[in-house]
Amino acid sequence: MSEHQLIQSDIALSAEEIRQIDVELAHIPQKSGAAIDALKIVQSQRGWVSDEALVAIARYLDMSPEALEGVATFYNLIYRQPVGDKVVLFCDSVSCWICGCDGVKQKISEKLGVDYGETTADNQYTLIPVPCLGACDKAPVMMVGDDLHTNLDDQKIDQIFAKRTGEGEDC
Amino acid sequence: MENVLIEKVLTRNIGPDQTPTDMAAYEANGGYRALHKVMAGMTPNDCLEVVKASNLRGRGGAGFPTGMKWSFVPMGEKCTPGHKYLVTNADEMEPGTFKDRLLMECDPHQLIEGMILAAYTIEADRSYIFIRGEYVVAIERLEQALVDCYKKGYLGENILGSGYDLEMHVHTSAGRYICGEETALINALEGKRANPRAKPPFPQVSGLWGRPTIVNNVETLCNIPHIIDRGAEWFQSLGIGEDSGTKMFGASGHVKNPGCWELPMGTPIREILEQHAGGMTDGRKLKGFLPGGGSTDFLVEEHLDLPMDYGSIGAAGSRMGTGTMIILDDKTCPVGMVLNLIRFFAHESCGFCTPCREGLPWTRQVLEDIEAGRGRKEDLDTLVRQVKYIGSMGNTHCALAPGAMEPLQSALKYFQSDFEAHVEQGCCPYAADMKAQDITTVQGERA
Ligand SMILES: Cc1cc2nc3c(=O)[nH]c(=O)nc-3n(C[C@H](O)[C@H](O)[C@H](O)COP(=O)(O)O)c2cc1C
Ligand code: SF4
Ligand code: FES
Repeated sequence: MSEHQLIQSDIALSAEEIRQIDVELAHIPQKSGAAIDALKIVQSQRGWVSDEALVAIARYLDMSPEALEGVATFYNLIYRQPVGDKVVLFCDSVSCWICGCDGVKQKISEKLGVDYGETTADNQYTLIPVPCLGACDKAPVMMVGDDLHTNLDDQKIDQIFAKRTGEGEDC
Repeated sequence: MENVLIEKVLTRNIGPDQTPTDMAAYEANGGYRALHKVMAGMTPNDCLEVVKASNLRGRGGAGFPTGMKWSFVPMGEKCTPGHKYLVTNADEMEPGTFKDRLLMECDPHQLIEGMILAAYTIEADRSYIFIRGEYVVAIERLEQALVDCYKKGYLGENILGSGYDLEMHVHTSAGRYICGEETALINALEGKRANPRAKPPFPQVSGLWGRPTIVNNVETLCNIPHIIDRGAEWFQSLGIGEDSGTKMFGASGHVKNPGCWELPMGTPIREILEQHAGGMTDGRKLKGFLPGGGSTDFLVEEHLDLPMDYGSIGAAGSRMGTGTMIILDDKTCPVGMVLNLIRFFAHESCGFCTPCREGLPWTRQVLEDIEAGRGRKEDLDTLVRQVKYIGSMGNTHCALAPGAMEPLQSALKYFQSDFEAHVEQGCCPYAADMKAQDITTVQGERA
């Protein structure tokens, strides 16, 4: 049985995923060198990296799935479990801590009904702690999806997650 | 109070509203002048000599002289055929550090011009910006700037007709603080787990894909166009003391005006904290500060009149590090602050060597016990022993673990009575103050 058929028996990478991975491969001397790029590309398309997707990437890069798994699990921004529509990256590092992030975290947990590592029941948000976001002069801060929110307090949390209590649009 | 005499170099295109500088605006203010100058007739060695003479020191934390670092790269005939690499370290994950983000978001071309000049100096033909994935705005602006540079012929083949070729790519990282360590960064760029590599061989000789590689911090490289354009002597004259140039300094914590400012190297700490950061917020007093990020030793009030330069801060027992200060006030628990930092470092250990992988969680446990009022007197001795074993350079494979011990060892020195009070009282003496802040100050004092 050819390698080609083996690939087809699994989940296949999409044409768009392959196109983007090939762009990276063009300047990398070894296929496995694109491992992290490929994981990020697939994750940006699918939200997370499932076992099946991991195997498909490994095949495409001539790597063993085990080796790629070792890479994937090292990095905190590669999600090997499903996440909500938006990931909330909450900074719990030193400047944010000094400026009261523990209280803000509590407020978010109450508001969304989740703790770190958990996804809301409606699948909208996954809450994850993140090291210093490089915005310490505006502490406490967090990212919701691609958006940075700064100088957080209880009111801001209410505004940002407003829709969840039916008070208006999320911002 | 702004001092009108301070010359802005790195931030000359960055206004209070922080609008990003595009190609046209960058060029209108002298941008790419250095690139034209070099391509019109400076050799790589000419550039190296200027950078060496400028006394520029790396802004990534260690302060290594940039020209000397570059001079270790094998050049011309002495280099085996193949690629050479120039990599920007834009990982910026050192807790309390927020300077590179500003430089990249507001003036991406300045970094790119610095990179082209650095790459030319070491005869690199490929370059990467290794940037943390969370910096989405900076990533977008850098990518746009790269497109504009290729269009203008500043990147790609035969740059400005000089015969010099350079490719540049943005590589977005997938997380982990250890990626900022330059050999771990190189492993990450190769698609591997980011464990640091043994040195030697040094990356200058054998780095990315086994080829000569220079890794420099964002701020370091942003200085290069100005040094080439205006000369080594001018650059030296910018610093107040022994060190050259300007520096991005910052302050976070309970100060009235937290932020990041470009000031002459050697600016006194007091001036940064009182004039620029506006002093402490009402009702709080300065208790101590980490001068340059989470892995530097605490300094205290008696150090306020020191100049912020490598030598002075080093002589006082700390490091200038990244130059962004984290302020501890009298209503915030020093034990809690150190615990927060140790938690971070324990979590970010890459797991490669035992003192770091096993030692840091142990330190965290001891601090957790003390902070929660379960500590015993012997625990303080345990901490001192841990500092000795985990903190000694040479006991670990990289500088993460020794860095983690710096705030702890200095807290034990300056705030010993606070550690003892936790043990004696069986609780955190700051608990009431800290709880009060959770409820009020976050909304109240920080507009
Ligand atoms: C654990 C660890 C994390 C680091 N993180 C960064 C970082 O985020 N950015 C950076 O520029 N340097 C970082 N460094 C320092 C780099 O290893 C390296 O010294 C620096 O990029 C060299 O640049 P420079 O010579 O321009 O200062 C880190 C070092 C260690 C040990
Ligand atoms: S000191 Fe820590 S981070 Fe550095 S190599 Fe050892 S385990 Fe990894
Ligand atoms: S500590 Fe939270 S952004 Fe730096």
